[in-house]
Amino acid sequence: MAQATFEEISASDFFYRNRDIAGFTNPSRAIFAAIRELVENSLDAAESQKIPPDVYVRLSFEGEATKDTQIYKLRVEDNGSGIQPRFIPSAFGQVLYGSKYKLKQMRGTFGLGGKMAVLYGQITTHQAAYVTSSTGQAKIYSFKLMIDIQRNRPIILDRKVQINKEQWRGTIVEFTLEGDYLRAMPKIIDYFKQTAMVNPYANLTFVDPKGRLYKFTRATTEMPEPPKETLPHPYGVDVELLQRLIQITPYKTMAEFLKYHFHRVGDITAQKFLDFSGVSPSKNPKRLSHEEIVRLMQNLKRYKDFLPPDASCLSPLGEELLRAGIEKELNPEYLVVHQRKPSTYAGHPFIIEVGIAYGGDIPKKASFVLYRFANRIPLLYDEASDVSFRVINNMNWRRYKVSPDMPIAILVHICSTKVPYKTVGKEFIADRAEVRREIANELREVSRQLQHFLSKREHVDREKKRLSIFAKYLPKIAQFSATLAGKEKLPDVDKLIKSVQKYGPEEA
Amino acid sequence: MDQKKHKSRVAEKKNEVVAGLKTLGTQIYNQLDQGVFPTISMPSRSTENIHYDPHLRQFVLGEKSVSRSARNIRHVKPFTQLSWAAMFSNELTTQRKTSTLRDVYYSAQAYNMTFKDQQESNNIITDLETVTGYSREDFNIFPEERSAVFGDLTIEYTVPGYEGKTLNLTSHPDGVLIGPALTSSEFASTTADKVIAIEKGGLFTRFIEENVHKKHNSLLVLTAGQAPRQTRHFIRRLHDELNLPVYIFTDGDPWGMHIAMVIISGSANAAHLRELNTPDAVWSGVWASDIVDYKLPTDPLDDVDIKRLYELQKDPRYQGDPLWQREIKTFLKIRKKAEQEAFSRYGLTYIVDEYLPTKLKETK
Repeated sequence: MAQATFEEISASDFFYRNRDIAGFTNPSRAIFAAIRELVENSLDAAESQKIPPDVYVRLSFEGEATKDTQIYKLRVEDNGSGIQPRFIPSAFGQVLYGSKYKLKQMRGTFGLGGKMAVLYGQITTHQAAYVTSSTGQAKIYSFKLMIDIQRNRPIILDRKVQINKEQWRGTIVEFTLEGDYLRAMPKIIDYFKQTAMVNPYANLTFVDPKGRLYKFTRATTEMPEPPKETLPHPYGVDVELLQRLIQITPYKTMAEFLKYHFHRVGDITAQKFLDFSGVSPSKNPKRLSHEEIVRLMQNLKRYKDFLPPDASCLSPLGEELLRAGIEKELNPEYLVVHQRKPSTYAGHPFIIEVGIAYGGDIPKKASFVLYRFANRIPLLYDEASDVSFRVINNMNWRRYKVSPDMPIAILVHICSTKVPYKTVGKEFIADRAEVRREIANELREVSRQLQHFLSKREHVDREKKRLSIFAKYLPKIAQFSATLAGKEKLPDVDKLIKSVQKYGPEEA
Repeated sequence: MDQKKHKSRVAEKKNEVVAGLKTLGTQIYNQLDQGVFPTISMPSRSTENIHYDPHLRQFVLGEKSVSRSARNIRHVKPFTQLSWAAMFSNELTTQRKTSTLRDVYYSAQAYNMTFKDQQESNNIITDLETVTGYSREDFNIFPEERSAVFGDLTIEYTVPGYEGKTLNLTSHPDGVLIGPALTSSEFASTTADKVIAIEKGGLFTRFIEENVHKKHNSLLVLTAGQAPRQTRHFIRRLHDELNLPVYIFTDGDPWGMHIAMVIISGSANAAHLRELNTPDAVWSGVWASDIVDYKLPTDPLDDVDIKRLYELQKDPRYQGDPLWQREIKTFLKIRKKAEQEAFSRYGLTYIVDEYLPTKLKETK
């Protein structure tokens, strides 16, 4: 009889063995993912302090690795919050350590982005990472780190402290990794451009291994309201979460438990729900049996009268910033942006923001240019699987006098406490009925406005053309008839030309 | 031989044409000067407005008229083109220069007046004909010349550089081209007493070689297929000014028959014009019945020939003289056609010595 052996593995080990799911699939994806994760951490770190982010990224060539890959040094600097010295080793040297387990909208969702990049660098180049940070206080701390993969622990190789004379605040991360920049380049440039589009208040600088400088300058210092932390909504809970809440709760009755641990539940709602589910309000939650917990979870989902979650935990960009970002990067002839009211799926609030832009720097292609964003992160892969792509493909564009060969860009931004990604790679949004409906409604709204613009423009163009025909021919008729009639003086046709004008000159 | 004195129409007509163009220009000028959009109206050339007039024995335009207004976005360009064409024609006529339809198309570009294609500029010239009632040849716009005349007719040129010079049309054995210089000439004198129009160049040359002009005291006109409008007008002038009867010889098929008919009764395309046809001219052959009577070598009629015959059967121009319906029926019965050259089976001179005199007598 065969005997199975079970062995416990650490989180670092797990991701080392399954690096595909974090986006480090191949040398070209890996370099893209490393840059992306660190830039997003930097943006979050600045935004949490309401500081317009300044992010500087430099990728430099260190040497050849294999036939197709090279060793690069990646350096990312920001002006964000900085990290308290005691947290620095864990923040970069321990996978799944982070502050992203509360319910508010954040760019990352697993708390492993930056660490995964460092881990990948260590695996491929066997070199330490350098992290320097200050919260703006008296000192700057620098660490030289590696990760103990088996034990998922940081190993501190060196630690330095400097006096922070200039009150610098921010974080600098530098490490080496193996990758294929040449193949990754188009996506990386796209990534910066699109990040600039939805972060119009950020300065982004990228110096690539050839020394080329890409600079995306902020168009505004206005920033969206940062998201507030919020309690879980009853529709969004599962048994696991219920059990964890029961373990930590200080409250002794079900009424209080519901009121203080759930979003949009007050005395009355708690009372009514407990009536509905036949649980005594005075029951101690810690006394609930496993079966009772499961039934409670089912009833939470079944009860119809919970108020929908409010969206204060979300931080959409807002129409003004979205407009500023798109104008800055695409310079369109016409742009309409729209933000829908918050909606929910499975107890998770979300907001869809959409922009549609025409002309300017937008190229004419066989299909629309689609820019997808989730919590201000550009989604660059698997476009055809994304719900937005499907909604766009299923729309009857002819109704809006729009055809795919027009220079049109469509931007879809979803913000949510839990973005409904289809895969762990966080590359595309799942086709959920609620999300699909919101995107479709919003696209219809902006398309109607685009149609209005296009038909008005067409009308004005036609009028201009009409007028130009009269302006071209009437003077000729005057000239020819005068010659034919043997007259010296040309008849005045200006009045006639003016009489065919339907609009004032400023409108035409 | 009796010298026929004719009435000169050439100079008189030139003056009329110039006056007509100037009137049109003044009309447009005055409307513009009064601050209104100029309009021009002219008879409609649509098929439902083309009628056969049994008295004039040609097609004419009916009561329906169309209006071109410079106020209309779709009309303003053609209106301008028409004004230009009128001005250009006036220049040609007064400066006594000639031009072709192709020339017109290109000349417009010098005035920043572009025509989309040759057809568009041709249509505008036809409009000008309709508005003024004069044909483009009157405006000195001529098609490519291909028809010719031969015989004892002395003409007097009116073209610049040749004014007063005369030419006898027997002076060149290939015949004289019926071009602008000839059609604008006055007829000075002739001894001929008839006109024989011939469809094909080969036979025209044969007739000259065989002295048909002397033997039958005639002027020979080569139509070279369907006669150009200036040739039709020229034949009309020979008939009207010199009182000469006109006999037409064509191939013995529906197409040849129709060449004769257009000389006699004109075409629907020229319904807006007058004096391009010669109603008293006669078709002398080759008839379908000649094919039978002279046992000519033949080709079978093909499908298009037969289709054409059925069309002609219903054509109003073919309803007058019973000759036409009789010959159409004969063609349809024998299902055969013959060319003028078919007479060569009886020797090269048979057509001149035997056939021609018989037919001239028969159709007199």
